[in-house]
Amino acid sequence: MIGLLGYDFMRNAFAAAGLVAVMSGLVGFFLVLRGQTFAGHALSHVGFTGATGAVLIGVSPLWGLVGVTVAGGVGMGLLGERLAGRDVAIGMVLATALGLGLLFLHFFTAYASQATALLFGNVFGVDRGTVWGLAGLCLLALAALGAIARPLLFATLQPELAEARGVSLRLVSVLFLALVGLCTAGCAQIVGVLLVFTLMVGPAAAAQRLTVRLGRGMALAVALALTEAWGGIVLAWFTDWPASFWITALSALAYSLAWALAWLADGRRPVPAAG
Amino acid sequence: MNAILLDGVTLRLGGRIVLDRISLEIADAEFVGVLGPNGAGKTTLMRAILGLLPLAAGRIAVHGQPVRRGNRLIGYMPQVRATTALRLSGHAFVAAAVEGDRWGLPRLDRAGRLAVDEALELVGARALARRPMVELSGGERQRLLLAQSLLGRPRLLLLDEPLISLDPHRQGEVVRLVRRLQRELGIAVLFSAHELNPLLGALDRVLYLGGGRASLGSVDEVITAPVLSRLYGAPIEVVRAGGRIFVMSGGQDMERDAHRHDHAGTRAGFGA
Repeated sequence: MIGLLGYDFMRNAFAAAGLVAVMSGLVGFFLVLRGQTFAGHALSHVGFTGATGAVLIGVSPLWGLVGVTVAGGVGMGLLGERLAGRDVAIGMVLATALGLGLLFLHFFTAYASQATALLFGNVFGVDRGTVWGLAGLCLLALAALGAIARPLLFATLQPELAEARGVSLRLVSVLFLALVGLCTAGCAQIVGVLLVFTLMVGPAAAAQRLTVRLGRGMALAVALALTEAWGGIVLAWFTDWPASFWITALSALAYSLAWALAWLADGRRPVPAAG
Repeated sequence: MNAILLDGVTLRLGGRIVLDRISLEIADAEFVGVLGPNGAGKTTLMRAILGLLPLAAGRIAVHGQPVRRGNRLIGYMPQVRATTALRLSGHAFVAAAVEGDRWGLPRLDRAGRLAVDEALELVGARALARRPMVELSGGERQRLLLAQSLLGRPRLLLLDEPLISLDPHRQGEVVRLVRRLQRELGIAVLFSAHELNPLLGALDRVLYLGGGRASLGSVDEVITAPVLSRLYGAPIEVVRAGGRIFVMSGGQDMERDAHRHDHAGTRAGFGA
Protein backbone atom coordinates (compact mmCIF):
# COMPACT_ATOMS: atom_id res chain seq x y z
CA MET A 1 0.00 0.00 0.00
CA ILE A 2 2.93 2.35 0.64
CA GLY A 3 3.72 2.13 -3.05
CA LEU A 4 0.43 3.81 -3.88
CA LEU A 5 1.57 7.16 -2.53
CA GLY A 6 5.30 6.53 -2.64
CA TYR A 7 5.84 8.07 -6.05
CA ASP A 8 5.43 11.63 -7.23
CA PHE A 9 3.36 10.58 -10.24
CA MET A 10 0.94 8.71 -7.99
CA ARG A 11 0.52 11.66 -5.65
CA ASN A 12 -0.06 13.90 -8.67
CA ALA A 13 -2.57 11.41 -10.08
CA PHE A 14 -4.59 11.27 -6.85
CA ALA A 15 -4.52 15.04 -6.44
CA ALA A 16 -5.54 15.74 -10.04
CA ALA A 17 -8.29 13.09 -10.04
CA GLY A 18 -9.61 14.32 -6.69
CA LEU A 19 -9.84 17.94 -7.83
CA VAL A 20 -11.54 17.04 -11.08
CA ALA A 21 -13.95 14.62 -9.36
CA VAL A 22 -15.22 17.27 -6.94
CA MET A 23 -15.71 19.78 -9.75
CA SER A 24 -17.35 17.39 -12.20
CA GLY A 25 -19.62 15.84 -9.57
CA LEU A 26 -21.14 19.25 -8.83
CA VAL A 27 -21.19 20.72 -12.32
CA GLY A 28 -22.43 17.39 -13.68
CA PHE A 29 -25.31 17.40 -11.19
CA PHE A 30 -26.73 20.55 -12.78
CA LEU A 31 -25.87 19.32 -16.28
CA VAL A 32 -27.99 16.19 -15.72
CA LEU A 33 -30.74 18.23 -14.05
CA ARG A 34 -30.90 20.54 -17.09
CA GLY A 35 -30.88 17.66 -19.57
CA GLN A 36 -27.80 19.15 -21.25
CA THR A 37 -25.47 16.18 -20.98
CA PHE A 38 -24.93 16.30 -24.73
CA ALA A 39 -23.36 19.75 -24.28
CA GLY A 40 -20.59 18.23 -22.15
CA HIS A 41 -19.97 15.64 -24.82
CA ALA A 42 -19.90 18.24 -27.60
CA LEU A 43 -17.58 20.61 -25.73
CA SER A 44 -15.06 17.83 -25.15
CA HIS A 45 -14.92 17.16 -28.90
CA VAL A 46 -14.13 20.76 -29.77
CA GLY A 47 -11.72 20.72 -26.83
CA PHE A 48 -9.64 18.10 -28.61
CA THR A 49 -8.98 20.59 -31.41
CA GLY A 50 -8.01 23.23 -28.86
CA ALA A 51 -5.59 20.88 -27.13
CA THR A 52 -3.86 19.66 -30.28
CA GLY A 53 -3.78 23.19 -31.70
CA ALA A 54 -2.14 24.42 -28.51
CA VAL A 55 0.50 21.67 -28.68
CA LEU A 56 1.20 22.68 -32.27
CA ILE A 57 1.98 26.27 -31.32
CA GLY A 58 3.92 25.25 -28.24
CA VAL A 59 1.33 25.98 -25.53
CA SER A 60 0.28 23.52 -22.82
CA PRO A 61 -2.65 21.39 -24.08
CA LEU A 62 -4.56 22.13 -20.86
CA TRP A 63 -4.81 25.83 -21.66
CA GLY A 64 -5.71 25.08 -25.27
CA LEU A 65 -8.51 22.89 -23.99
CA VAL A 66 -9.73 25.46 -21.48
CA GLY A 67 -9.73 28.27 -24.04
CA VAL A 68 -11.70 26.37 -26.64
CA THR A 69 -14.18 24.61 -24.33
CA VAL A 70 -15.05 27.81 -22.46
CA ALA A 71 -15.45 29.73 -25.72
CA GLY A 72 -17.53 26.84 -27.06
CA GLY A 73 -19.71 26.86 -23.95
CA VAL A 74 -20.34 30.61 -24.21
CA GLY A 75 -21.16 30.20 -27.91
CA MET A 76 -23.66 27.42 -27.19
CA GLY A 77 -25.24 29.49 -24.44
CA LEU A 78 -25.63 32.52 -26.71
CA LEU A 79 -27.13 30.49 -29.55
CA GLY A 80 -29.40 28.82 -27.00
CA GLU A 81 -32.70 27.65 -28.40
CA ARG A 82 -31.54 28.11 -31.96
CA LEU A 83 -29.37 25.03 -31.48
CA ALA A 84 -32.29 22.85 -30.46
CA GLY A 85 -33.15 20.23 -33.03
CA ARG A 86 -30.07 20.93 -35.17
CA ASP A 87 -28.56 17.50 -34.53
CA VAL A 88 -27.02 17.14 -37.95
CA ALA A 89 -25.42 20.60 -37.96
CA ILE A 90 -24.04 20.06 -34.46
CA GLY A 91 -22.77 16.59 -35.38
CA MET A 92 -20.99 18.00 -38.43
CA VAL A 93 -19.30 20.72 -36.37
CA LEU A 94 -18.13 18.11 -33.87
CA ALA A 95 -16.81 15.75 -36.52
CA THR A 96 -15.00 18.64 -38.23
CA ALA A 97 -13.50 19.66 -34.89
CA LEU A 98 -12.15 16.15 -34.25
CA GLY A 99 -10.85 15.99 -37.83
CA LEU A 100 -9.03 19.31 -37.41
CA GLY A 101 -7.57 18.05 -34.16
CA LEU A 102 -6.26 15.02 -35.99
CA LEU A 103 -4.66 17.27 -38.62
CA PHE A 104 -2.90 19.33 -35.92
CA LEU A 105 -1.57 16.10 -34.41
CA HIS A 106 -0.31 15.01 -37.81
CA PHE A 107 1.77 18.19 -38.08
CA PHE A 108 3.24 17.59 -34.67
CA THR A 109 4.52 14.07 -35.13
CA ALA A 110 7.00 14.25 -32.24
CA TYR A 111 4.13 13.57 -29.87
CA ALA A 112 3.00 10.19 -31.10
CA SER A 113 1.44 9.22 -27.79
CA GLN A 114 -0.21 12.61 -27.38
CA ALA A 115 -3.27 11.50 -29.36
CA THR A 116 -4.08 8.58 -27.08
CA ALA A 117 -3.44 10.69 -23.99
CA LEU A 118 -5.80 13.42 -25.20
CA LEU A 119 -8.49 11.04 -26.38
CA PHE A 120 -8.44 8.56 -23.49
CA GLY A 121 -6.57 10.40 -20.75
CA ASN A 122 -3.32 9.68 -18.98
CA VAL A 123 -3.75 10.39 -15.32
CA PHE A 124 -0.31 8.98 -14.47
CA GLY A 125 1.30 11.49 -16.83
CA VAL A 126 -0.02 14.53 -14.93
CA ASP A 127 2.88 16.65 -13.64
CA ARG A 128 3.01 18.97 -10.66
CA GLY A 129 2.42 22.06 -12.80
CA THR A 130 -0.78 20.57 -14.23
CA VAL A 131 -2.00 19.72 -10.72
CA TRP A 132 -1.65 23.37 -9.76
CA GLY A 133 -3.37 24.40 -12.97
CA LEU A 134 -6.23 22.03 -12.18
CA ALA A 135 -6.42 23.36 -8.62
CA GLY A 136 -6.88 26.88 -10.00
CA LEU A 137 -9.47 25.65 -12.49
CA CYS A 138 -11.36 23.78 -9.78
CA LEU A 139 -11.38 26.78 -7.43
CA LEU A 140 -12.62 29.05 -10.19
CA ALA A 141 -15.34 26.58 -11.19
CA LEU A 142 -16.56 26.07 -7.63
CA ALA A 143 -16.61 29.81 -6.94
CA ALA A 144 -18.56 30.43 -10.14
CA LEU A 145 -21.00 27.61 -9.42
CA GLY A 146 -21.47 28.91 -5.88
CA ALA A 147 -22.37 32.30 -7.29
CA ILE A 148 -24.90 31.14 -9.89
CA ALA A 149 -26.33 27.99 -8.28
CA ARG A 150 -29.50 29.62 -6.97
CA PRO A 151 -30.76 31.29 -10.16
CA LEU A 152 -29.41 28.32 -12.15
CA LEU A 153 -31.59 25.90 -10.20
CA PHE A 154 -34.62 28.19 -10.51
CA ALA A 155 -34.08 28.68 -14.25
CA THR A 156 -33.64 24.92 -14.68
CA LEU A 157 -36.79 23.87 -12.86
CA GLN A 158 -39.19 26.70 -13.80
CA PRO A 159 -37.75 28.84 -16.62
CA GLU A 160 -40.88 30.91 -17.31
CA LEU A 161 -41.42 31.69 -13.65
CA ALA A 162 -37.73 32.49 -13.18
CA GLU A 163 -37.89 34.86 -16.13
CA ALA A 164 -40.95 36.56 -14.67
CA ARG A 165 -39.11 37.02 -11.36
CA GLY A 166 -36.28 38.79 -13.16
CA VAL A 167 -33.75 36.00 -13.80
CA SER A 168 -31.96 36.39 -17.13
CA LEU A 169 -32.24 32.90 -18.64
CA ARG A 170 -29.69 33.73 -21.32
CA LEU A 171 -27.08 35.00 -18.85
CA VAL A 172 -27.51 32.01 -16.54
CA SER A 173 -27.26 29.61 -19.47
CA VAL A 174 -24.10 31.25 -20.87
CA LEU A 175 -22.39 31.32 -17.47
CA PHE A 176 -23.27 27.71 -16.79
CA LEU A 177 -22.08 26.42 -20.15
CA ALA A 178 -18.81 28.32 -19.74
CA LEU A 179 -18.51 26.49 -16.43
CA VAL A 180 -19.21 23.18 -18.19
CA GLY A 181 -16.40 24.12 -20.59
CA LEU A 182 -13.99 24.57 -17.66
CA CYS A 183 -15.06 21.29 -16.16
CA THR A 184 -14.75 19.46 -19.48
CA ALA A 185 -11.17 20.66 -19.82
CA GLY A 186 -10.40 19.37 -16.34
CA CYS A 187 -12.05 16.00 -16.94
CA ALA A 188 -10.15 15.56 -20.19
CA GLN A 189 -6.89 15.66 -18.20
CA ILE A 190 -7.97 12.58 -16.27
CA VAL A 191 -10.06 10.43 -18.62
CA GLY A 192 -9.49 12.09 -22.03
CA VAL A 193 -11.91 13.98 -24.23
CA LEU A 194 -13.78 10.89 -25.36
CA LEU A 195 -14.60 9.72 -21.84
CA VAL A 196 -15.57 13.03 -20.18
CA PHE A 197 -19.12 11.68 -19.86
CA THR A 198 -17.96 9.05 -17.41
CA LEU A 199 -16.93 11.55 -14.70
CA MET A 200 -19.29 14.42 -15.45
CA VAL A 201 -22.55 12.59 -16.13
CA GLY A 202 -22.21 9.09 -14.63
CA PRO A 203 -21.91 10.02 -10.92
CA ALA A 204 -24.52 12.81 -11.13
CA ALA A 205 -27.04 10.61 -12.92
CA ALA A 206 -26.51 7.81 -10.41
CA ALA A 207 -26.92 10.25 -7.51
CA GLN A 208 -30.21 11.53 -8.91
CA ARG A 209 -31.49 7.95 -9.04
CA LEU A 210 -30.70 7.49 -5.37
CA THR A 211 -32.07 10.62 -3.71
CA VAL A 212 -34.78 13.20 -4.40
CA ARG A 213 -33.09 15.81 -2.19
CA LEU A 214 -30.94 18.51 -3.67
CA GLY A 215 -28.08 18.83 -1.16
CA ARG A 216 -27.86 15.10 -0.62
CA GLY A 217 -27.81 14.52 -4.39
CA MET A 218 -24.93 16.94 -4.92
CA ALA A 219 -22.93 15.41 -2.03
CA LEU A 220 -23.58 11.93 -3.36
CA ALA A 221 -22.50 12.93 -6.89
CA VAL A 222 -19.19 14.23 -5.52
CA ALA A 223 -18.68 11.13 -3.35
CA LEU A 224 -19.35 8.81 -6.30
CA ALA A 225 -17.07 10.78 -8.63
CA LEU A 226 -14.27 10.69 -6.04
CA THR A 227 -14.73 6.96 -5.42
CA GLU A 228 -14.74 6.19 -9.14
CA ALA A 229 -11.72 8.39 -9.95
CA TRP A 230 -9.55 7.25 -7.04
CA GLY A 231 -10.79 3.66 -7.27
CA GLY A 232 -9.82 3.64 -10.94
CA ILE A 233 -6.29 4.79 -10.10
CA VAL A 234 -5.90 2.15 -7.38
CA LEU A 235 -7.16 -0.63 -9.65
CA ALA A 236 -4.90 0.56 -12.46
CA TRP A 237 -1.93 0.40 -10.07
CA PHE A 238 -2.65 -3.21 -9.15
CA THR A 239 -3.67 -4.51 -12.58
CA ASP A 240 -1.52 -2.34 -14.85
CA TRP A 241 -4.61 -1.79 -16.99
CA PRO A 242 -5.41 1.81 -18.04
CA ALA A 243 -6.88 3.98 -15.28
CA SER A 244 -9.44 5.43 -17.73
CA PHE A 245 -10.80 1.94 -18.33
CA TRP A 246 -11.28 1.35 -14.61
CA ILE A 247 -12.91 4.74 -14.09
CA THR A 248 -15.41 4.13 -16.88
CA ALA A 249 -16.07 0.62 -15.54
CA LEU A 250 -16.68 1.89 -11.99
CA SER A 251 -18.88 4.70 -13.31
CA ALA A 252 -21.01 2.26 -15.28
CA LEU A 253 -21.18 -0.09 -12.30
CA ALA A 254 -22.28 2.73 -9.96
CA TYR A 255 -24.95 3.86 -12.41
CA SER A 256 -26.28 0.30 -12.84
CA LEU A 257 -26.35 -0.28 -9.10
CA ALA A 258 -28.14 3.02 -8.55
CA TRP A 259 -30.65 2.07 -11.20
CA ALA A 260 -31.23 -1.34 -9.63
CA LEU A 261 -31.59 0.13 -6.14
CA ALA A 262 -34.09 2.73 -7.36
CA TRP A 263 -36.02 0.01 -9.14
CA LEU A 264 -36.18 -2.13 -5.99
CA ALA A 265 -37.30 0.87 -3.93
CA ASP A 266 -40.00 1.69 -6.49
CA GLY A 267 -41.31 -1.86 -6.22
CA ARG A 268 -41.86 -1.50 -2.50
CA ARG A 269 -43.73 1.80 -2.75
CA PRO A 270 -47.45 1.86 -3.45
CA VAL A 271 -48.32 2.79 -7.03
CA PRO A 272 -49.39 6.46 -7.21
CA ALA A 273 -52.99 7.14 -8.15
CA ALA A 274 -53.57 7.80 -11.82
CA GLY A 275 -54.92 11.03 -13.26
CA MET B 1 -58.12 49.55 -6.20
CA ASN B 2 -58.17 47.39 -9.33
CA ALA B 3 -56.00 44.28 -9.45
CA ILE B 4 -55.42 44.82 -13.16
CA LEU B 5 -56.07 47.81 -15.39
CA LEU B 6 -55.60 47.64 -19.16
CA ASP B 7 -55.87 50.94 -20.96
CA GLY B 8 -55.81 50.81 -24.77
CA VAL B 9 -53.34 47.93 -24.74
CA THR B 10 -51.99 46.56 -28.02
CA LEU B 11 -49.76 43.46 -27.92
CA ARG B 12 -47.66 42.31 -30.83
CA LEU B 13 -45.93 38.96 -31.21
CA GLY B 14 -43.49 38.66 -34.09
CA GLY B 15 -45.22 41.37 -36.14
CA ARG B 16 -48.70 39.89 -35.60
CA ILE B 17 -51.15 41.93 -33.56
CA VAL B 18 -52.45 39.57 -30.88
CA LEU B 19 -54.53 42.04 -28.89
CA ASP B 20 -55.69 45.32 -30.37
CA ARG B 21 -56.47 48.35 -28.17
CA ILE B 22 -57.92 46.44 -25.22
CA SER B 23 -59.24 48.32 -22.18
CA LEU B 24 -60.59 46.55 -19.12
CA GLU B 25 -60.49 46.46 -15.35
CA ILE B 26 -60.33 43.45 -13.07
CA ALA B 27 -61.24 44.00 -9.44
CA ASP B 28 -59.30 42.79 -6.42
CA ALA B 29 -60.62 39.43 -5.17
CA GLU B 30 -62.17 38.46 -8.48
CA PHE B 31 -61.92 35.04 -10.16
CA VAL B 32 -61.74 35.57 -13.92
CA GLY B 33 -61.65 32.72 -16.43
CA VAL B 34 -59.61 33.57 -19.54
CA LEU B 35 -60.90 31.76 -22.61
CA GLY B 36 -60.44 31.83 -26.34
CA PRO B 37 -59.11 29.78 -29.25
CA ASN B 38 -55.44 28.84 -29.64
CA GLY B 39 -53.34 31.89 -30.42
CA ALA B 40 -55.98 34.32 -29.13
CA GLY B 41 -53.43 35.76 -26.70
CA LYS B 42 -54.15 34.14 -23.33
CA THR B 43 -50.49 33.44 -22.56
CA THR B 44 -49.38 36.65 -24.29
CA LEU B 45 -51.65 38.73 -22.07
CA MET B 46 -50.25 37.07 -18.95
CA ARG B 47 -46.68 37.65 -20.12
CA ALA B 48 -47.49 41.31 -20.70
CA ILE B 49 -48.93 41.66 -17.19
CA LEU B 50 -45.73 40.07 -15.87
CA GLY B 51 -43.66 42.64 -17.74
CA LEU B 52 -42.08 40.04 -20.02
CA LEU B 53 -43.50 41.52 -23.21
CA PRO B 54 -43.20 45.19 -24.19
CA LEU B 55 -46.53 46.87 -24.97
CA ALA B 56 -46.97 48.08 -28.53
CA ALA B 57 -49.43 50.67 -27.21
CA GLY B 58 -51.39 51.57 -24.09
CA ARG B 59 -50.62 50.90 -20.47
CA ILE B 60 -51.11 48.14 -17.90
CA ALA B 61 -51.22 48.71 -14.17
CA VAL B 62 -51.17 46.03 -11.46
CA HIS B 63 -52.58 47.34 -8.17
CA GLY B 64 -51.99 50.84 -9.43
CA GLN B 65 -48.32 50.28 -10.32
CA PRO B 66 -47.00 50.10 -13.88
CA VAL B 67 -45.91 46.60 -14.96
CA ARG B 68 -42.35 45.55 -14.27
CA ARG B 69 -40.48 42.26 -14.24
CA GLY B 70 -40.13 40.67 -10.84
CA ASN B 71 -43.30 42.24 -9.40
CA ARG B 72 -43.82 40.44 -6.07
CA LEU B 73 -47.54 41.22 -6.12
CA ILE B 74 -48.03 38.68 -8.89
CA GLY B 75 -47.92 34.90 -8.57
CA TYR B 76 -47.51 33.00 -11.82
CA MET B 77 -48.05 29.39 -12.81
CA PRO B 78 -46.75 28.78 -16.33
CA GLN B 79 -48.12 26.04 -18.54
CA VAL B 80 -46.87 22.56 -17.74
CA ARG B 81 -43.84 21.90 -19.87
CA ALA B 82 -41.38 19.15 -20.57
CA THR B 83 -38.88 19.02 -17.75
CA THR B 84 -35.92 16.77 -17.22
CA ALA B 85 -35.63 17.31 -13.51
CA LEU B 86 -38.47 15.04 -12.44
CA ARG B 87 -36.36 12.94 -10.10
CA LEU B 88 -36.15 15.79 -7.58
CA SER B 89 -38.70 15.97 -4.79
CA GLY B 90 -41.70 18.25 -5.07
CA HIS B 91 -40.35 20.16 -2.09
CA ALA B 92 -37.04 20.91 -3.86
CA PHE B 93 -39.03 21.96 -6.92
CA VAL B 94 -41.22 24.41 -5.00
CA ALA B 95 -38.32 25.70 -2.89
CA ALA B 96 -36.27 26.60 -5.96
CA ALA B 97 -38.57 29.59 -6.45
CA VAL B 98 -37.86 31.11 -3.02
CA GLU B 99 -35.67 34.16 -3.75
CA GLY B 100 -34.54 32.21 -6.79
CA ASP B 101 -33.52 35.41 -8.53
CA ARG B 102 -30.73 36.11 -6.04
CA TRP B 103 -27.13 35.05 -6.71
CA GLY B 104 -25.50 32.52 -4.42
CA LEU B 105 -26.15 29.02 -3.14
CA PRO B 106 -29.68 27.56 -3.19
CA ARG B 107 -29.98 27.33 0.59
CA LEU B 108 -33.23 28.03 2.39
CA ASP B 109 -33.10 30.11 5.55
CA ARG B 110 -35.73 29.75 8.27
CA ALA B 111 -38.08 32.25 6.70
CA GLY B 112 -37.72 30.47 3.35
CA ARG B 113 -38.53 27.08 4.86
CA LEU B 114 -41.57 28.53 6.60
CA ALA B 115 -42.75 30.14 3.36
CA VAL B 116 -42.48 26.81 1.50
CA ASP B 117 -44.31 24.96 4.29
CA GLU B 118 -47.05 27.58 4.33
CA ALA B 119 -47.54 27.42 0.55
CA LEU B 120 -47.62 23.60 0.60
CA GLU B 121 -50.09 23.70 3.49
CA LEU B 122 -52.41 25.99 1.54
CA VAL B 123 -52.77 23.44 -1.26
CA GLY B 124 -52.65 20.43 1.09
CA ALA B 125 -49.47 19.04 -0.43
CA ARG B 126 -47.03 18.74 2.48
CA ALA B 127 -46.92 14.95 2.42
CA LEU B 128 -46.97 14.92 -1.37
CA ALA B 129 -43.89 17.16 -1.58
CA ARG B 130 -41.60 14.52 -0.13
CA ARG B 131 -42.03 12.31 -3.19
CA PRO B 132 -40.14 12.72 -6.47
CA MET B 133 -42.03 14.65 -9.16
CA VAL B 134 -41.83 11.67 -11.49
CA GLU B 135 -44.10 9.63 -9.20
CA LEU B 136 -46.84 12.25 -9.00
CA SER B 137 -49.97 12.35 -11.10
CA GLY B 138 -50.82 15.37 -13.25
CA GLY B 139 -53.23 16.72 -10.66
CA GLU B 140 -50.70 16.34 -7.86
CA ARG B 141 -48.06 18.18 -9.87
CA GLN B 142 -50.51 21.00 -10.52
CA ARG B 143 -51.03 21.37 -6.77
CA LEU B 144 -47.28 21.76 -6.28
CA LEU B 145 -47.06 24.32 -9.09
CA LEU B 146 -49.93 26.18 -7.49
CA ALA B 147 -48.07 26.16 -4.16
CA GLN B 148 -45.03 27.56 -5.95
CA SER B 149 -47.09 30.38 -7.44
CA LEU B 150 -48.41 31.27 -3.97
CA LEU B 151 -44.92 31.83 -2.50
CA GLY B 152 -44.43 35.40 -1.34
CA ARG B 153 -48.19 35.92 -0.77
CA PRO B 154 -49.07 37.51 -4.12
CA ARG B 155 -52.20 39.66 -4.49
CA LEU B 156 -52.81 38.48 -8.06
CA LEU B 157 -52.47 34.95 -9.45
CA LEU B 158 -51.93 34.28 -13.14
CA LEU B 159 -52.62 30.60 -13.88
CA ASP B 160 -51.85 29.53 -17.44
CA GLU B 161 -53.87 26.47 -18.46
CA PRO B 162 -53.78 24.60 -15.14
CA LEU B 163 -56.32 22.07 -16.44
CA ILE B 164 -54.36 20.88 -19.43
CA SER B 165 -53.81 17.09 -19.55
CA LEU B 166 -56.08 16.47 -16.55
CA ASP B 167 -59.16 14.25 -16.64
CA PRO B 168 -62.52 15.92 -15.83
CA HIS B 169 -62.53 14.70 -12.24
CA ARG B 170 -59.08 16.22 -11.49
CA GLN B 171 -60.04 19.36 -13.40
CA GLY B 172 -62.91 19.87 -11.00
CA GLU B 173 -60.59 19.38 -8.01
CA VAL B 174 -58.11 21.98 -9.28
CA VAL B 175 -60.86 24.54 -10.01
CA ARG B 176 -62.42 24.09 -6.56
CA LEU B 177 -59.00 24.38 -4.89
CA VAL B 178 -58.19 27.61 -6.74
CA ARG B 179 -61.62 29.04 -5.94
CA ARG B 180 -61.23 28.20 -2.23
CA LEU B 181 -57.74 29.80 -2.10
CA GLN B 182 -58.92 32.84 -4.03
CA ARG B 183 -61.68 33.42 -1.45
CA GLU B 184 -59.58 32.60 1.63
CA LEU B 185 -56.71 34.85 0.57
CA GLY B 186 -58.95 37.49 -0.96
CA ILE B 187 -56.86 37.71 -4.12
CA ALA B 188 -57.59 38.16 -7.82
CA VAL B 189 -57.12 35.17 -10.15
CA LEU B 190 -56.75 35.01 -13.92
CA PHE B 191 -57.31 31.37 -14.87
CA SER B 192 -56.87 30.50 -18.54
CA ALA B 193 -58.51 27.40 -19.99
CA HIS B 194 -59.55 25.86 -23.28
CA GLU B 195 -62.96 24.89 -22.03
CA LEU B 196 -65.47 26.92 -20.10
CA ASN B 197 -67.43 24.09 -18.51
CA PRO B 198 -64.97 23.01 -15.80
CA LEU B 199 -64.91 26.64 -14.59
CA LEU B 200 -68.68 27.19 -14.52
CA GLY B 201 -69.91 27.84 -11.02
CA ALA B 202 -66.47 28.88 -9.79
CA LEU B 203 -65.76 32.01 -11.78
CA ASP B 204 -66.99 35.54 -11.21
CA ARG B 205 -66.45 36.77 -14.75
CA VAL B 206 -65.18 35.53 -18.11
CA LEU B 207 -62.55 37.23 -20.26
CA TYR B 208 -62.97 35.87 -23.77
CA LEU B 209 -60.20 36.65 -26.28
CA GLY B 210 -60.34 36.24 -30.06
CA GLY B 211 -59.46 38.02 -33.27
CA GLY B 212 -57.44 40.67 -31.42
CA ARG B 213 -60.48 41.65 -29.35
CA ALA B 214 -61.57 40.90 -25.82
CA SER B 215 -64.89 40.68 -24.03
CA LEU B 216 -65.16 40.78 -20.25
CA GLY B 217 -68.36 40.11 -18.33
CA SER B 218 -70.50 37.50 -16.65
CA VAL B 219 -70.99 34.15 -18.38
CA ASP B 220 -74.49 35.20 -19.48
CA GLU B 221 -73.20 38.44 -20.96
CA VAL B 222 -70.17 37.04 -22.80
CA ILE B 223 -71.02 33.49 -23.80
CA THR B 224 -73.64 34.49 -26.35
CA ALA B 225 -73.86 33.95 -30.10
CA PRO B 226 -73.39 37.65 -31.05
CA VAL B 227 -70.38 38.28 -28.77
CA LEU B 228 -68.56 35.06 -29.67
CA SER B 229 -69.33 35.39 -33.40
CA ARG B 230 -67.62 38.78 -33.27
CA LEU B 231 -64.56 37.34 -31.44
CA TYR B 232 -64.22 34.28 -33.65
CA GLY B 233 -65.02 36.23 -36.82
CA ALA B 234 -67.38 33.42 -37.83
CA PRO B 235 -70.98 32.48 -37.00
CA ILE B 236 -71.04 30.81 -33.59
CA GLU B 237 -73.90 29.04 -31.87
CA VAL B 238 -74.10 28.72 -28.11
CA VAL B 239 -75.87 25.60 -26.94
CA ARG B 240 -76.85 25.11 -23.31
CA ALA B 241 -77.62 21.56 -22.19
CA GLY B 242 -77.65 19.92 -18.76
CA GLY B 243 -75.98 22.85 -17.01
CA ARG B 244 -73.16 22.86 -19.56
CA ILE B 245 -72.44 25.31 -22.35
CA PHE B 246 -71.15 24.34 -25.79
CA VAL B 247 -69.64 26.81 -28.24
CA MET B 248 -70.34 25.46 -31.72
CA SER B 249 -69.41 26.50 -35.22
CA GLY B 250 -70.94 24.64 -38.14
CA GLY B 251 -71.87 21.74 -35.84
CA GLN B 252 -68.35 21.45 -34.35
CA ASP B 253 -67.53 22.02 -30.71
CA MET B 254 -64.86 24.74 -30.91
CA GLU B 255 -63.49 24.48 -27.40
CA ARG B 256 -63.42 20.72 -27.14
CA ASP B 257 -61.67 20.24 -30.48
CA ALA B 258 -59.05 22.87 -29.69
CA HIS B 259 -58.54 21.26 -26.33
CA ARG B 260 -58.07 17.77 -27.68
CA HIS B 261 -55.48 19.01 -30.16
CA ASP B 262 -53.43 20.69 -27.49
CA HIS B 263 -53.86 17.87 -25.04
CA ALA B 264 -52.17 15.36 -27.34
CA GLY B 265 -49.28 17.76 -27.86
CA THR B 266 -48.73 18.18 -24.15
CA ARG B 267 -48.75 14.47 -23.50
CA ALA B 268 -46.18 13.83 -26.18
CA GLY B 269 -43.97 16.62 -24.90
CA PHE B 270 -44.07 15.65 -21.28
CA GLY B 271 -42.38 12.31 -21.66
CA ALA B 272 -43.16 10.99 -18.21
